[in-house]
Amino acid sequence: MNFRHAKTFLLGAIALCFLVSLFENQINSYWLFISYDIGVNIILAVSLNLINGYTGQFSLGHAGFMAVGAYTAAVITNQFGELNFFAANGVFIVALVAGGLAAAIAGLLVGIPTLRLRGDYLAIVTLGFGEIIRVIFQNMQSVGGARGYSVTHNYTNFFWTFGLAAVTVYVVTSLVHSTYGRGFIAVRDDEIAAEATGINPTKYKVTAFVIGAFFAGIAGGLYAHSKQFLTPDGFGFMQSIAFVVMVILGGMGNTIGVILAAILLTLLPEGLRALADIEHIPGIAQEFPLSWVGNARMVIYSLLLIVLMLTRPQGLFTLRKLKIKN
Amino acid sequence: MTEFLQQLINGLALGSILALIALGYTMVYGILRFINFAHGDIFMLGAFAGFYLTPKIAAIFPTPSILSGLLVMGISMAICAALGIVIERFAYRPLRRSPRLTVLITAIGVSLFLEYAGQLFFGAAPKKFPALIPSYPITHVGGLSVTSNQIIVFIVTALLLVGLRFIVQKTKIGTAMRALAFNPDAAALMGINTDVVISFTFALGSALAAAAGILFAVNYPAIDPLMGILPGLKAFVAAVLGGIGNLPGAALGGIIIGVTETLVAGYISSTYRDAIAFGILILILLVKPSGLLGKKEIEKV
Amino acid sequence: MKIWRGQFVAGAAVLLLAGCNKPSGESAANSDVIKVGEFASLTGSEATFGQSSHKGTQLAIDDLNAAGGVLGKKFQLLTEDDQSQAGQPATVVRKLISSDGVVAILGEVASSRSLEAAPICQENKIPMISPASTNPKVTEVGDYIFRVCFIDPFQGTVMANFARKTLKLQNAAVLVESSSDYSVGLAKFFKQRFIADGGKIVAEENYSHGDKDFSAQLTAIKAANPDGIFVPGYYTEVGLIALQARQLGITVPLFGGDGWESSALVPIGGKALEGCYFSTHFSPDSTAPEVRNFVKEFEAKYHETPDAMAALGYDSAMILADAMKRAGTTDGPKVRDALAAAKDFSGVTGKITIDANRNASKPAVILEIKNGQFKYVETVAP
Repeated sequence: MNFRHAKTFLLGAIALCFLVSLFENQINSYWLFISYDIGVNIILAVSLNLINGYTGQFSLGHAGFMAVGAYTAAVITNQFGELNFFAANGVFIVALVAGGLAAAIAGLLVGIPTLRLRGDYLAIVTLGFGEIIRVIFQNMQSVGGARGYSVTHNYTNFFWTFGLAAVTVYVVTSLVHSTYGRGFIAVRDDEIAAEATGINPTKYKVTAFVIGAFFAGIAGGLYAHSKQFLTPDGFGFMQSIAFVVMVILGGMGNTIGVILAAILLTLLPEGLRALADIEHIPGIAQEFPLSWVGNARMVIYSLLLIVLMLTRPQGLFTLRKLKIKN
Repeated sequence: MTEFLQQLINGLALGSILALIALGYTMVYGILRFINFAHGDIFMLGAFAGFYLTPKIAAIFPTPSILSGLLVMGISMAICAALGIVIERFAYRPLRRSPRLTVLITAIGVSLFLEYAGQLFFGAAPKKFPALIPSYPITHVGGLSVTSNQIIVFIVTALLLVGLRFIVQKTKIGTAMRALAFNPDAAALMGINTDVVISFTFALGSALAAAAGILFAVNYPAIDPLMGILPGLKAFVAAVLGGIGNLPGAALGGIIIGVTETLVAGYISSTYRDAIAFGILILILLVKPSGLLGKKEIEKV
Repeated sequence: MKIWRGQFVAGAAVLLLAGCNKPSGESAANSDVIKVGEFASLTGSEATFGQSSHKGTQLAIDDLNAAGGVLGKKFQLLTEDDQSQAGQPATVVRKLISSDGVVAILGEVASSRSLEAAPICQENKIPMISPASTNPKVTEVGDYIFRVCFIDPFQGTVMANFARKTLKLQNAAVLVESSSDYSVGLAKFFKQRFIADGGKIVAEENYSHGDKDFSAQLTAIKAANPDGIFVPGYYTEVGLIALQARQLGITVPLFGGDGWESSALVPIGGKALEGCYFSTHFSPDSTAPEVRNFVKEFEAKYHETPDAMAALGYDSAMILADAMKRAGTTDGPKVRDALAAAKDFSGVTGKITIDANRNASKPAVILEIKNGQFKYVETVAP
């Protein structure tokens, strides 16, 4: 990896994002916000990839970390009224980082107790933690509980979303390809062998969780300031599954694949929606009762999931074959 | 005191149903080392099978009656057993040698498919489950109330447990199941047809889930396509609590979860009811991952 | 480096897509249909309510079109499913407004999802009418946001008064669905009023949407010995709650709000619901011609009896059409003004007057369940 060029590319990508965000008003609002969703999902998928893909820890509670980041960032920015351009962006980045740190602490709290667990058990426990986080927010009246929490400012824009996505990709990739990072992969491939060669699996597993959670928290903050309304239900098991599917589709440990999968899976529901739009053409509408297409969308999604796992479990974008357990 | 005993009875009834579902989870995990996420939805399908069957059976044997109840339950169990075999054959068998996460996601896909297809075909609104079994006047003994339906739950669960134990311990296929659970490769080498045994396991587990679905629907007569999610999750926790792969453990786990949850909801706060199951899960996995009755698995290098 | 190429490709692709869709400059006024957007939970955990309100809305649009439409144009209803999921309403409402060019938005039943979409409608000056969101905050978002249903303070107070004065209850227990802000809000205002009227709340328990077993909560409530139990939840759980309450030996009446209203309530709850009460918008056995007509048409089209959500969905579309007619245009600000001025609009859910806070001011009707039917008891004016 040529790191000198990596930094240039990073800065270049960030500059590009800044330029684009200046022209935001020209872009159709629907697609613009879809692009925010894409950016947020890229951050979530790449950060989860660090935990699931590179370190081999099945985490099904990623949405919980996202929730912690989202609420934290929202609470912070809600303290302020209208601010000028520089102050607003300053507050925003501080709020995002704070959200990330809060999520990182959550990651620590989840990572440490789950160290001894493997495979399915770990998956279920992380699912459990994710749900517990959701239930906590549901009962936290100070952030609205089940009634939801309004986020005053819509600070999220193209620059922040994709700029931070670029940063996430940079950090995760650099980390994994460094000497330190070899430890993650060693833990994933064979934990006992890794321990035997002097690598401390605990350290790597916890690090993976903490870093993964940190970026998930940042993604949560971006999400909060894009949707402008948070409910605990939006951070449940289904969300976590969606992110895991992105990692699997992309190919565990394959960063580009994961990015492409995140983009694909964010656009897929919209694509299916466009398909459903066919019946908006007068004349066809009466023949197709609406719930058919509406319901069928999710049925298609779940079938797609099954078919994908059966046919290309190594992910859509990976060229190497999946390791077969013996 | 009366209140406590009442809560206990409520918890036991709930726990029995959870136990039946948990058995299916634990059997599949014991043999395949895989959590069948779609199991809770088989439970739901059992209830719906009963819903659609009852009018047809009632045409021949009028409901409510014990006979029609048995018939409906029997046929629902058969339908779900067949469904279980089909799902295993097409969704899980091809992935038998794949990493665990792949199968997990597939199971989740199957679960989602059953739920959304259910909403599509059955409609999302809750349906009234017909009166299948005669409901006798409620017994009020010293302020306590036990419904005849709850008693039916206890009896049927006990009978099914006994039946299951018989199958697993005393029949040839049961022995084959235990052999597979112990060491799949050795079992195959001994001439056991792995595919048949696994299919049978799924069929058995699904049948139990269907029975649980009917019992549940009889006691809580509002069924909807998403009704299997929470009981499925709690039953899974029950299976882990008891020691995954361990049959009596699953039953015990179910009872414990049912009672604990009811007591907590009644005495402490019902808001955290759902979190209880997860809390127990995390606790048991941290303290004794092999479960209450399970044996510690040595990890081979 | 491959990763950066990937990012660039991704960014470029998204920009291309985004650029391709310029904001719809030509407004719907030039075309020959009036495009109205609807977002509802057609799938997911709250599908039963979303499907219900959608059916009502669709029926209204069909009725309007059969009568020739409004301002010489027919309506085109563009419905989007938000899957009962947070994050979806923002996306679909943006799509409806920016890509599909609708002139008004109808939706949603759940207050949290209405709250997510409302700022977007407000920002784009598109009138939004919620059929059934009861959280007061929804219409507070801005002057383009309206609703045709009660808000919690009113309904909670109605039931509290009824409980104290008509049923003469002294001690009440409350069983709330804590995951629903409708239920939480209703309970809050009920308690406030009940205590202010001299009553006492002896027990308060909660449950979650989708729960089937309430024996734990009911046993605790029974031990507190209330004269009545307020259950401000949805029919999906109330039926079972009533059943289990009677099984446990609780004989006091249960009462609740318009979430009870559904043809599925009595089949599930059966005899357990005899002598129970709830407040709602309309009485299915009302003799008003609009209601009779609506019920007949609904049953003919969908083969089921309409519930409160369907009726409200119907009214939300009808009042929108009425406002457009009065405004003489589909232009956002003018329709908003016409809506704000709506007075004594004859809806199937009663005579609706939009008050200064853009909420529906209309009388509540209290029904009793007698012999398996909903029987009218009294009307409470706002």
